[in-house]
Order: sequence, then C-alpha cells, then structure tokens
Amino acid sequence: MNRRNFLKTAAGGAVLGYLPMQAQAAGGNFSNLLILVELKGANDGLNTVVPYADASYYTLRPRIAIKREEVLQLSERAGLNPGLAPLLPLWKGGQMAVVEGVGYPNANLSHFRSIEIWDTASNANEYLHDGWLARAFLANPVPRTFLADGVVVGSNDMGPMENAPKGVALVNTDQFLRQSRLAEKGGFASNPALNHILKVENNIVEAAAGLHGKFEFKTQFPNNAFGNQVKTAAQVAANKSGVAALRLSLGGFDTHQNQPGTHANLMKVLAEGLLALKSSLEEIGRWNSTLVMTYSEFGRRPKENQSSGTDHGTAAPQFVFGGRVKGGLFGQAPQLARLDGNGNLPYAVDFRDLYATVLERWWGVPSRDVLGGRFAGLDLLRA
Amino acid sequence: MNLLKPALIALVTFASFGAQAAPMGADEARQLLTRSGFAPTEPEVGLYASLSRQNAVDRLLRSVRSTPATPAPGWVNEAIERPGRAGEMSVEERKAFQQRLAQRGFDLRAWWMGEMLTTSTPLAEHMTLFWHNHFVSSLQKVRAPQLMYRQNLLLRRYALGNFGEMLHAIAKDPAMIIYLDSATNRKGAPNENFAREVMELFTLGEGHYSEQDIKEAARAYTGWSLERDTGEFKWRPNIHDDGIKTVLGRSGNFDGDAVLDILLAQPATAEFIVRKLWMEFVSTDTQLPANQAEIRRIAAQFRNSRYEIKVALSGIFNSPRFYAADNRATLVKSPVELVVGAVRQLGIGYGDPIAFVYTTAGLGQNLLAPPNVRGWPGGETWINSTTLLARKQFIERMLRVDELRGTRQPTDTAAAIPNAMPAQTMDVAGDAMHPKKFGKVQGAARARQEGRERMIRASASIQFDSGRYLAHFAGQPEDNLKHAVLPGAPANPLSGDLGQRQLLQALLLDPMYQLK
Repeated sequence: MNRRNFLKTAAGGAVLGYLPMQAQAAGGNFSNLLILVELKGANDGLNTVVPYADASYYTLRPRIAIKREEVLQLSERAGLNPGLAPLLPLWKGGQMAVVEGVGYPNANLSHFRSIEIWDTASNANEYLHDGWLARAFLANPVPRTFLADGVVVGSNDMGPMENAPKGVALVNTDQFLRQSRLAEKGGFASNPALNHILKVENNIVEAAAGLHGKFEFKTQFPNNAFGNQVKTAAQVAANKSGVAALRLSLGGFDTHQNQPGTHANLMKVLAEGLLALKSSLEEIGRWNSTLVMTYSEFGRRPKENQSSGTDHGTAAPQFVFGGRVKGGLFGQAPQLARLDGNGNLPYAVDFRDLYATVLERWWGVPSRDVLGGRFAGLDLLRA
Repeated sequence: MNLLKPALIALVTFASFGAQAAPMGADEARQLLTRSGFAPTEPEVGLYASLSRQNAVDRLLRSVRSTPATPAPGWVNEAIERPGRAGEMSVEERKAFQQRLAQRGFDLRAWWMGEMLTTSTPLAEHMTLFWHNHFVSSLQKVRAPQLMYRQNLLLRRYALGNFGEMLHAIAKDPAMIIYLDSATNRKGAPNENFAREVMELFTLGEGHYSEQDIKEAARAYTGWSLERDTGEFKWRPNIHDDGIKTVLGRSGNFDGDAVLDILLAQPATAEFIVRKLWMEFVSTDTQLPANQAEIRRIAAQFRNSRYEIKVALSGIFNSPRFYAADNRATLVKSPVELVVGAVRQLGIGYGDPIAFVYTTAGLGQNLLAPPNVRGWPGGETWINSTTLLARKQFIERMLRVDELRGTRQPTDTAAAIPNAMPAQTMDVAGDAMHPKKFGKVQGAARARQEGRERMIRASASIQFDSGRYLAHFAGQPEDNLKHAVLPGAPANPLSGDLGQRQLLQALLLDPMYQLK
C-alpha cells in the first residue's frame, strides 16, 4: 500500500481492491485486526506523555508533575511516564504512534456522557444508540466464516460494539465454550426485546463454533486482570476463523486524589499488558496485521487539584501500536498557554480522525456514514 | 401536600366503585403482579385473578409496606467511620477499615436481597429498587454502609409516597450529599455535580434547563453539608451563597429547597418521572402515540395530585395500554427481577441470601453500586453474550439442585458454582477498591476471600424441589404451566412428549423467560 492509495480511499471514493483479501470480504479488509484498549475513568494525558520542556507544566503541577530527569524522552519536548518503560522498544522500533491532543469540539466532562460520545462517535450534542464499530459492521459485514465481528473482553458493556450484528462479550474462552451449550440457534422475532436475545444466542453459537482449540503461548501474561484480558484476546486472535475487532479495558483512571502512586501503577499495568499482547501476537504471526489503539473518555485538567489529583479535563494523547504502524509523534503538543475558561486544553485531533484511520486505511471501508461526517484520518500506517 | 390527599382518596374510592367490572383473570393478574413486583406464586395469582383490574390495583397500592421486615445488620447504628486522610491511618488500621467496609457491604446487600425475597408487598420492593436506580448513590463512593442503609430506609419510606417530599429529603440525605459532592459545594467555590444531576436525572430531564441554570442553582445549594462525626445533615450558613440567583427564569435569594420547589413547579418534571415509570412498568417505546398519550394523561394527574406516586402508579396499572397485547413480553427482566422472581415463584429455598447477591452482581446488577449516577441503563443492555450465558447458568444451577435432591452432599452445589465467581466476588467487594487505595487493598482481598467462602456456603444451602412447584399444575393442561412461566409463546420449539419436569426445564431455559 502506498500513500496514493491512502489518499484515494481517504478521499471517500470507491474502495479499491488493493489487497487480495478484499475480494473475499465484501467491503472490508477484515484480515486486519483492530484491538481497542479503553482506559476507563479518564487517563491523565499530561502525566502519560509529559511536556517536560514546558515550564508551565511544572508550574501547574507542583506536587504531581513527573520530574524532568525521570521522563523517558521521546523528543526534545515530549517524554513518556516512567511506568511505560516496557513500551520503549516499540517506540524505538518505530511501531508506536503517539497522537497528542485527541478530543472533540464542546467537550462534555461527564464520564458517562463523554464515553458515550466516543463509543457512538457522535457529536457532543447528538445522541446515538449504536456503537461506531456496530455501524461499521452493519454497513460492511465481516465474512461469514468469522466467529464474530467484535469481541468485548472482560467487561459487560459493549461500548463501541453496542448492537454490532455479530458482537460477543466474553471473559475467557474456556468459560465461554463451557457455557455456550446453554445457547441455541434461533430465528427472528418481531418483538424487539426477544429478537435481541435471539440475536445474542445466535452470536454465542456462532462464536463458539469458531473458537476451537487452545493455543499454547510462550508469552508470559501479567498476573492481573488486564493481563488475563490480554491473554483472552490473544486466544481469540489465534483462532483460524477471524474476528475484526477486540476491545479490552483497564479501569481506575479517575484519579481525583493522590494520583501519582495510582497512576504510576496503572501505567505499568498497561505497558506490561501491551508488551505481552505484542509478544503473543508475534507468536501467532499477527503483529503485522494488528492495530492496537487506546482511548479514554477525556483527559484531565492541567492544573492539579488540592488533593494531589486531577479533575476532569479535555484533550489527551492516545497510542497506536502495531507491526505496520508508522511510529512517531502525531497531533499537537499540549497548548498549556491556551487553556479554556475551565482551565482545560484545546484539542488538536478529533477522535473520529483516529476512527477514520481505522475504517478507511486499516480496513478500507468508507467512514463518512459511519462517523456522520468527513474525517481525514491520520497518516500513521505503512504499507 | 395534605390538602391534596382527598384527591387521592377520591380517585382510589372512585376506582373501588367501579368494582362491577369483570374479574381480571389469571393472565392479567400475572401481568400486573410480575411487572409491578416480582414473578408471583400461584396462590398470589389466584387471589388477584378474581378481582377487577381496578380492585386489583387498589389492593396492590393499599397494602404496601414502607419499612423493612427483615432485621437490619447489627452494625447499622454504630458511629460511622470515615477514612481519614491517607496519612492519618496506619497500614493496619486502613486494612481493618477496608475489610470492615467490604464485609458490611456484603451484609447490607444480603439484607436487602433477603427483604426482596420474602416481602409481603413486592411492589414496595420494586419501587425501592426503582428509586435506588433514580436517586442513585453508590457505596463505592459513599464508603459508609450505615449511610447507605439510612438512604435505603428513606427510599422505602417515600417509595409510594410523595415525590416532592422525597426529592427534598433525598437532596439532604447524607449518602447523597457525599455521592454528589454537595459538601464540597461552597460559596465562591461551587461544585455543580448535584445541581446538574438533580435537573438532568432527578427531575426535568435533558433539554429543559441551561448551563447557566446549573451554575445559578449550584450557588443556591451551597451550605448543605454533613456533621463529620455523626454523618448527619448539617446546614452551614457561613459557606452558603446568599446572593440573588436566577433559575429557570425566576430570581431571588434562593436556598436549595427553594430551587427544588422551582424544579417541582415545572411540568417537565411530572412527565419525566411518569415516562420513566412507564419504561419500567409498561414499555420502553415511549414514542408510540398510544403510549405517549397515556404518559401525558397520567403525568397531568400526577402533577395535579402534587406528585402523589400512588396516583401515577394507579394511572399506569389501570391503563388499557398496560394490558395491551403489543406491550406484553416486551421488557427484559433485570437481574434482580430474574433471580428474585425465580426464587419466589418456584419456591427455591436458601439459607443465606448472599448467594443471590453474587448472582445478580455477576449478571450486571450489583446492588448499592450502580455503574454511575445515571444508574443501570437496563432494557436490552442487560443482555449480551456474557450475561445471557450467566443468566442461563443460574437457571441451570437451580435445575441441577433439583436433580441432585436427596442424593447430594452439601459440596455438590458448591462444585456447580462457575469459575467466573472470583470476578464476581471482586465486583461485589468493589466498595473497598477505591482508586486511591490501588495496590493497597489487602483488607479488601481478605474480605473477598471471606465473602467467597460465605458465598460458597450460601450456595450449598440452596434447595429446589420442582415437584412442589409443579403440584400446582397437576392434572391441568400444559398451557397453564407455559403461561405461568413465560409471558409469551416459547421462542424455541418444544418437543411433543415432555413430562412436566422436562417442560419446566425447557421453559426456564427458553429465551422468552428473560422477558416479562
């Protein structure tokens, strides 16, 4: 794939068959896998990708700033939280994109409303029900042989896969397979609630049929809840019958009080989990066909609060990893001199540009209808 | 408010005079009892089947309890403990505190679950749970089980009382004060959390107020606080903003109560509440013209009664739309409805209700811990592949208990507990998992372990004898059992020659069983 193709697809024209897989998968190249990682509770962007050369960062955060000598420098102005050290090899290998200043216009600072905006890819003043991936899969069904279109691992909310045609939630594959005998294939019903249940039953039966065998990974998965999710995701990805998207989540980011210890821990858990994810995907030869992307409902306020924590903010950096990711810094450095009336950051990259990157450039499907508008996408993939 | 009581009585009395109407029959009795409370027993159905709709609704509304019958856990009157700043507690103290917190969280949930399982007035329990999901507070933030207990008593006291009085009371409820940060809302340094949620989620609904209204209202609520040691509500005039505020077009030196009255004076409030009740009891399709007309009509009655909740419920349960065919079997049972309904209807026995607390938590409804201030979203979002399989597994476990009856050792049921339990245990013990204590939750871990052991003992005490339940249907046509268990036709085909017990199993595992 070259840049010309990107531009052609991004321009919204017909999707060209630039990959052989597309002939089989009507509409989308779903041999490319997407793994979303939700950082629940709003991750503090400024202490994740630290603007260590900006004096105002230290003025705004006298107690909780990451010391200049502790950051893992990515450039002459940006550095990673030291807890993210396990990710450095990825950065150095050019497989980690850091997209700074991700947000949206008229940011909503309520957790549940803002994550709904992200999950449904809506405008701030628009209420949508279906997840953005659900809409994408409705318009571009995954191949019939797939065990599911989207799989939510380890949580009960479907998030971006809410109402996906073949969406499935599971905690671990063994348990899912054991229980799946309780589901039966059913037909359609005109009663919407019943129809929803029948659809879930069908999806269970189909997913279970596609989940066979257990891959023995050499990768050591971290012994915590997030590590278990990573392991489950790897198990699902190792199956022959495909899946287009997986969603993992790590909670605990709502750090209003005593942030430093908590946040350092979360960074470590995240980085170790992601490293295990990479290693396991390499084992099954899927690292080059996987895109891993973080998201979070919003960032946190630049100025620390009275409790050594941070309150709800707006824009924040997000990470994109993968064997075909073009590493580097994208977006815009935090504009600490341009805070809004609430003391929050302006955004530079609309989160839907990240989604458009996935839709147009990773899967090769049109994004305009799914995202309710034209979003350009980012040039962070290589052929 | 007292002036309006006669209106209510008149309405109820009028309903009673209409008693000439025909008996509602078993089918409508099931609809009324299942939706207003939990799935009924056969004797309950028999009792209501002989009444007219209006008499049945009157009876339902007349007999409600407003206090719990189950004895409260022993510690509810102990002084509350608030964790001091991290530095003020030793590691041991913090550990002990977290363990106690998690332990008491189990106690309180088991107490409430026990009340739902045994209550003589299921409607009162259903409404208490409804208000818990409306005036949301979570033990995970409040971290004072005594205060969550007191809030539960408050919700019960007003569950079928006056909504306006309840709003004023809940606004000053200590658990709510903590949950929505009212105590940090001070003159000159407002915290808008309560001001926003009371308009968006408790009274008006989105679109009926502006951001400016929130800012102004927040100023009026300043001064509402807590007595640090007792956890009682305390009015602190020195932090109250006594300037002029303008809220929804009215200006004055309002305090919090005055603003709540302004919200109650808005027609949007009655409609918002009735719509939510309609979605709980009748249909989530509130845009359907036939439903919309009823919501408006009942909202007007509710408002004219000055928010007597019984007036709204009477309107809903007497509405022809409540019994209409197109509104039947269209609502998804919440985890609590599924579990409590099954236990009550089928006569499942148990030693410690904590077993069912874990079940509902695993199904996505951890009592006293709704996911956020909006509450459990409910409806179809209750069901995804994880939760649907967990629902069926709960049913299957009950059926296995029935099969193993007489032969089993107490450990058999424990062995039937799925491996998913540790995750669920974590959910229920989450109260002690405050983010700031991340990595230092040994106390909670210990409590989780104890909770798990208690849960395993509780699961082993579950008993189910399908024969006793099926005896109600001896010699009757199969359809009677089908109608008792399912709100509509089974979704899966039933093979022709099932015995009663196999038929019951098939019905309980049918997708239709998830609906009401």
